[in-house]
Amino acid sequence: MDLAIVWESMPRLLEGAALTVEITVISVAIGLALAIPLAIMRLSPNPLLWMPVYGYILYFRGTPLLVQLFLVYYGSGQFRVFLDGIGLWVLFREAYFCAVLTLTLNTAAYTAEILRGAIQGVPRGDIEAARALGYSGTLLYRRIVLPKAFRLALPAYTNEVVFLLQATSLVSIITLLDLTGVARIIVARSFEPYKLYITAGLMYLAMTYFFLFLSRRLEHWLSAHMRERPASAAADRASR
Amino acid sequence: MRKFTFVALFAALALGVGTAAADMKKVTLGTEGAYPPFNWIDENGDLQGFDVEIGDALCAAAKLDCTWVVQDWDGIIPGLLAKKYDAIVASMSITEERKQKVDFTGKYYTTPAKFVRMKGSGIEITDEGLDGLTVGVQRATIHENFLRDNYGDIVDIKAYATQDEANLDFVSGRVDLLLADSTALQGGFLDTPDGADAEFVGPDFTDPRWFGDGAGIAVRKGESELLDALDGAIAAIRADGTYKAINDKYFDFDVYGD
Repeated sequence: MDLAIVWESMPRLLEGAALTVEITVISVAIGLALAIPLAIMRLSPNPLLWMPVYGYILYFRGTPLLVQLFLVYYGSGQFRVFLDGIGLWVLFREAYFCAVLTLTLNTAAYTAEILRGAIQGVPRGDIEAARALGYSGTLLYRRIVLPKAFRLALPAYTNEVVFLLQATSLVSIITLLDLTGVARIIVARSFEPYKLYITAGLMYLAMTYFFLFLSRRLEHWLSAHMRERPASAAADRASR
Repeated sequence: MRKFTFVALFAALALGVGTAAADMKKVTLGTEGAYPPFNWIDENGDLQGFDVEIGDALCAAAKLDCTWVVQDWDGIIPGLLAKKYDAIVASMSITEERKQKVDFTGKYYTTPAKFVRMKGSGIEITDEGLDGLTVGVQRATIHENFLRDNYGDIVDIKAYATQDEANLDFVSGRVDLLLADSTALQGGFLDTPDGADAEFVGPDFTDPRWFGDGAGIAVRKGESELLDALDGAIAAIRADGTYKAINDKYFDFDVYGD
């Protein structure tokens, strides 16, 4: 098989892959920052807090990402005059902004649900013990509930990040040149769909495993207190 | 003896199928369905347009039993090679690049490519005039290739899956210019309410290096029987007035060209 076309296209494919990673990282970071307060609001007994969040999550989990992307990109084009009036058109004009906005809102909704489940999964006894020690309110959340919840959420959250990485391939339809977009442009002229899509697929696979590796490191680090001490450290202690 | 009957039966079957196929050969035609006025899908989900009527007329003239399949443009040649259909009737320009992968009939129409700008934008088609502008174009078209090869360094190119999406982004101001087939732009955009504020600008582009020798029908390499049948049919409908009748439904000039 002649792989010259893959080799020649590699610099452009790598450029596309860089954009894919960039969009994923930005969306995941902002999405997580939004998801923490959203999850807490979702659990509030106050309907003014939980109902809007519930509606938001329902919408973004209940509709296809592709539809959301079309809605934000082509939908905003229809409201150009209005958006111009409030000075937001400069942002919505850019496909990049529309893509990051949609992906962020989408992942924030899923992540909020994952965190909500994890917060509810924090054992009652832990919270009671914390209260007995005088923790309450923000301090209780910050020191006890959220760290525990985040450990519980990590496997599901890793799935969400990997899903988002792969979902970024949709941004190629709103003209962004991510990995999929670049591959499509090259296929359009070379008519070699198999070679290029297999190459792109392998690059997605490599990126996915990189994110999984990071997640495993994070899990390892977060569960330090649950592991046996290394033998040398234990021996150290014993000799003291 | 038994073996002989089996063979005889098989031969008869094969013969029977053979004659039926000779009567009306089944051919599947691929088109895009998003390129008015040449091919589009109406509110009822039916294919319409110049390409579709020409395709049907060619099948009638060549005595072929044709069915249509809709396929996105940027996968239309790979789809043909993967045998999802036998011929592409979708305003595909006959270019050297494509000839390396598929065979073409002679042209069934030819029209130049042109830029479109907003009225009052004052954009001129010169290297200085285009510098830094954004041009919308359909992905995997001769227009995209022409743009990348000739203006790739001075303009920002946005490639869309369909011409309609490019038109939408032109209306909303995300792109400053469109480049596409002039007839498709006229009938599919400028004549519609969305295109009321837009106009053609610059010269007609016809350089055969990019724009080829008009639009032809693509078939897989080596399928010369189908190719000859279609070529014969193009000549036949040109001669008997069928082509003119279809042409006049869509255009007020002869779209076949010289």
